[in-house]
Amino acid sequence: MSDDGSDGRDTTPEQSRYDQARYVENGEYEPLLSEKDLTRITIGSEDDGNGDDGEATDSPLPDDLTRDALELPELSEPELARHYTRLSQMIYGIDSGPYPLGSCTMKYNPKFTEDVAALPSAAVHPDRSEASVQGTLELLYRLQDYLGRIGGMDAVTLQPPAGAAGEFVGIRVAAAYHEHNGEGHRDEVIVPESAHGTNFASAALGGYNVVSLPSDDEGRVDLEALEAALSENTAALMLTNPNTLGLFERDIAEIADMVHDVGGLLYYDGANLNALLGRARPGDMGFDVMHYNVHKTFATPHGGGGPGAGPVGVVEKLAPFLPAPRVRERSEPSQSGEPVYERFDPEHTIGKVHGFDGNWLVLIKTFAYIARLGDDGLADASASAVLNANYLAEQLDYDIPYGPFHHEFVASAGEQDAADVAKRMLDYGVHPPTTKWPEIVPEALMTEPTEVESKDTLDRLAAAFNAVADEDNDTLEAAPERTTARRIDQTSAARNPRLSWQALSDDS
Amino acid sequence: MRGIERRDRSRPPLVMHGSHTTGSPYAPHTAEDRTAMLEAVDAETVEELFDIPAAVRFDGQFDIDARTERETRRLVRSVLGQNDDRTELLGRGHYGYYIPSLVDHLADRSEFLTSYTQYQPEISQGFLQALFEYQSLLVELTGLEIANCSIYDAATALGEAATLADRVRNTSGHRVLVPERMREERKSTLENYVAGTDLVVETYPVDDGNVDLAGLEAAVDEDVVMVYAENPTVRGTIEEQLGAIGDLAADVGAFFALGSDPIALSLLERPADVGADVVVGDASVLGLPTSYGMGLGLFATKEDYLRQVPGRLVGVSEDATDRRAFTLTLQTREQHIRRERATSNICTNQAWVALRTAIHAAVLGPSGMVNLAKRAVTRAEALAERVDDIVGVQAPVHDRRHFREFVAHVDQPASAVAEDLERLGFAVHVVGDHEIQLCVAGVPDEELDRFVEALEEVAR
Repeated sequence: MSDDGSDGRDTTPEQSRYDQARYVENGEYEPLLSEKDLTRITIGSEDDGNGDDGEATDSPLPDDLTRDALELPELSEPELARHYTRLSQMIYGIDSGPYPLGSCTMKYNPKFTEDVAALPSAAVHPDRSEASVQGTLELLYRLQDYLGRIGGMDAVTLQPPAGAAGEFVGIRVAAAYHEHNGEGHRDEVIVPESAHGTNFASAALGGYNVVSLPSDDEGRVDLEALEAALSENTAALMLTNPNTLGLFERDIAEIADMVHDVGGLLYYDGANLNALLGRARPGDMGFDVMHYNVHKTFATPHGGGGPGAGPVGVVEKLAPFLPAPRVRERSEPSQSGEPVYERFDPEHTIGKVHGFDGNWLVLIKTFAYIARLGDDGLADASASAVLNANYLAEQLDYDIPYGPFHHEFVASAGEQDAADVAKRMLDYGVHPPTTKWPEIVPEALMTEPTEVESKDTLDRLAAAFNAVADEDNDTLEAAPERTTARRIDQTSAARNPRLSWQALSDDS
Repeated sequence: MRGIERRDRSRPPLVMHGSHTTGSPYAPHTAEDRTAMLEAVDAETVEELFDIPAAVRFDGQFDIDARTERETRRLVRSVLGQNDDRTELLGRGHYGYYIPSLVDHLADRSEFLTSYTQYQPEISQGFLQALFEYQSLLVELTGLEIANCSIYDAATALGEAATLADRVRNTSGHRVLVPERMREERKSTLENYVAGTDLVVETYPVDDGNVDLAGLEAAVDEDVVMVYAENPTVRGTIEEQLGAIGDLAADVGAFFALGSDPIALSLLERPADVGADVVVGDASVLGLPTSYGMGLGLFATKEDYLRQVPGRLVGVSEDATDRRAFTLTLQTREQHIRRERATSNICTNQAWVALRTAIHAAVLGPSGMVNLAKRAVTRAEALAERVDDIVGVQAPVHDRRHFREFVAHVDQPASAVAEDLERLGFAVHVVGDHEIQLCVAGVPDEELDRFVEALEEVAR
C-alpha cells in the first residue's frame, strides 16, 4: 500500500475503460434471425398460392381446423449458438461491472442458486397430489416462515410473481378486509409523491382513487399533509421505508398510529428492504401488509426484466384474506413422525392472483440465498450496502441534497441533464444510476451500489461519476461512443412504431 | 463487528471471502477496507449510519443459521428429494416438454441472466433484439400485429386482456363471458383483475368439451365487453367454431379473446383468421420445463389498440450512426411514467423466460414446431385409442379432435384409479367422479407403453 492508503492501482477513468462488443454485417449490427433465414411450411393440402418456395407438410387434422402455413427462421444449432452468444455479448449485466441503479438493488446473483433451481426433483407439476410433492411444499412452507421472520409478519403468501403483483395482492387483501368489516365505502389509497410508479398503478388497478401525498422539506412524509389526506375513506397508505431518497421515515410509529386511528391499513413497499435486514422490520414499525422483492433483497437474477417474485406478508388479522392456497404443517405428523405439509385455502381468501403458485424457480433461489446467508449474512448485507452507499456518496462531486440516507442516495446533476450524464457514464464502463426520478431532486441520479461492490470498485465508479461531472454538455450529448449502439433515437421509435420483423418488411 | 458478537458458537466458523469469517459471502470488503471506508464517512461503526429510531429498531434474531454453499446445496437437495419421482401425464395449462440443452446453456449466459430491464438500450442491444425476435415469433403465430414482451402467465394475461377490453370497448356493458369449463384458478385470477372495474365475469355453456355455440349466442348481448374461448380447451379438445365465436363477439362490438399457446398455434387455426382481438396464454410451453406452474404470459393484440397495450414493447429505431437499433418504446403507457393512469401496474415481467421461449422456438424452427404440434394430435389420439381398449376405460369422453390431452371415463372411482396409478409411478388428473385426464406432452413413448400396462392393471 502506498502512503495515501490506496493500493497503487490507477482508478482514473482514462485508465479504466470498456469497449462493448459490436458486430456489424452489411452495415447493420447482428442481423435478425429472420434476415438469416425464413422458411415457410405449408400445412395440409391447401395451396397457399405462394409458389414452390416453401415446404409442405401433411396434417393429421382437416384443413378447416388448421392454419395455412407457418413462416419462421430455420437455422442450425451452431448458427443459433453463435447468434445468441453474440447477442449476449451486446448486453451489460451485473457480472460485467457495477450496476448502481437506484431502487433496483442490482446485487450479485450467486451461481449455486441456479444449480439448485435446476435440480430434477424440483421439476414437478402443480397438479400433483400433496403426498407426492412433500419436498416442494416443505420448501414453500419454510420460505413462508423465513420471510415472516425477516419482515416481522404473521403470515406470508408466495404466489405474487413480481413486486407490482404483490402490491396488487396487498390492495386486494385490504379491500377484502374492509369489505368484510362492513367498510366497503373506503375508496382512497394514499401514496407519497416520491413513491414507485407501481404503487399508484396497483392502487388504481384495484379500483381505488389515488391520493398523492407531498413530501416535507426534509424529503419525508409531511405529517400535516398526511393528517389532511386521512379520512374515513382511507383504505390504506402505501409507504416505502427507507423512502426513495434513502431516508428512514423517522415518524413511522406516529404515521402508523394516524393511519390506524382512521381505520386504514399501512402498506410496506419492500423495494428498499435491503437497507434494513436485521435492524428494523416492517411488522415492528406498525405495517399491516408488505411485499418482498426477492429479485432485489434476496439476489435472484433480474433476467433482463424478470422473472422476479413478490411474496406478501400480513399481520394476523389480514391472514384470512390472503390468496389461495397457502402451505401449512399438518397437526398430525406422519406415522414415522415426519412433519406433513398441506395446501389450504385461507378462510376469506381473495382467490388467485396467478394461474398456479407463482414463480417457483425464483422461490427456490430465494430460499437458497436466505439459507446460505442466515442471520449474520443478511445483517451484514444491509450493513455493507449502507456503508457502500455512504462511502460512494462521499467521493462524488455531485450535490446530494437529502440525508442521512441508507442503501441509496439521490444526487443532483445540477446544470447537466441527468439522462445525458447516464449516457456518458456508459463510456466509462459502468452502468449509470436511475435518472430523473424521484422528481423532488432536480436532474436526479438515484444511486444504489449494493453490498457486492468492493472499495476499489466504488472508487472507480466514483471516478466515472466525477469525470462526467467535469465534462461539457456537447460531450455528454454525443455520448455514448464505446457501447454497441450509439445514442438511440427514442422519438423515432415511438413516432413510427416497428415492433416486429414483419413490420420492418412492410416498411420497405 | 455486530455479526461476530451474534455468532452461534455451536457452529464451526464458516470460511468466507478474504479476511472476514462471518457476514455475507458476497460482500467483498476486507477489514482494512471497512476501516478506511468508515473513516471516509466519518463514522466509528456501521451502525451509526442507520437512522432508525430506537422504538422501531429490531434487536432480535431471525434464528436462521448460515451455511456454506455446499451445505446449502445439500439442504435444498434433501428437502426437494422428498418429492416422489413420477411419470407425469399432467397438463391442463402447464406442460413438461423436453427442453434442448442449447436453451439452458445460452439463456444461462450471465449477460442475459444478470442484466436489468433495458432502460439503457445502448448497452442492452442483445437482450432487446432477442425480445424483438420473441415479439415477432408471436406476431407470426397469432397473425396479430402487436405482441408485448411478456405478462406473468396465462391467467394474468387473461386479466390484462379484460382490462384492455374495458379501456377500448365499443359497448357500455360490463359482462365478460368465459367458458363454464376452464381452470378455476384462471377464472379466479381474472376476477381479481376486474374487481376494481365494473366488469363482472359470467360463464357460458360448453357442449361436449367445446363451446356450445347456441348457448353462447343466447348469452351474448350488447352488455358483453369480452368473450373468452380457449383452443385447445382445458379438456384437450380442439375448438371447431372459432370463426363463429369471433362473429358473435364482433356483432355486439365485444372483444374476442382467445387462449392458446405457441405449440398449438403452430398448427391450429390462426387467431387473426377467426377474428381474435387479443390472444393470451402460456408461451412457456416452449422454453420452460415442468416448473410447478411458473409460466410466461403471452399477450398479442391488434395494432388498433397499440396505445392501450399493457407491458413492455421493444421497437426499432436508429442510433447516432444511423444503424438500426432496438429500444423499449411507447413507455408513456407504463406505470413508471403514467402512474395511476398507466395501462397496467406490471413492471418486472418474465423477460428471461421469453428469451428461453424464443431460443427454443428457434431451435425447433417452423418445421420442428409444426411437427411438435402434429405429434400432440397424433400421440394424444393414439393413446386415447389404446386406453379405450382397456376393460373399464372409455376414451376419449368427448367426440372431438384432441390436442396433447384428453379425458377418459373410468368405471372405477377416478380418485381410486389415480391413487393406484400413483403407487405404480404415474400421476394423472382427476377431473370428475369417473373421469381422469391424460396428457402426452413430454412423455416418451416407452413411458406411455408402461402407463397403458399400469392402467390395465388398475382400471378393471
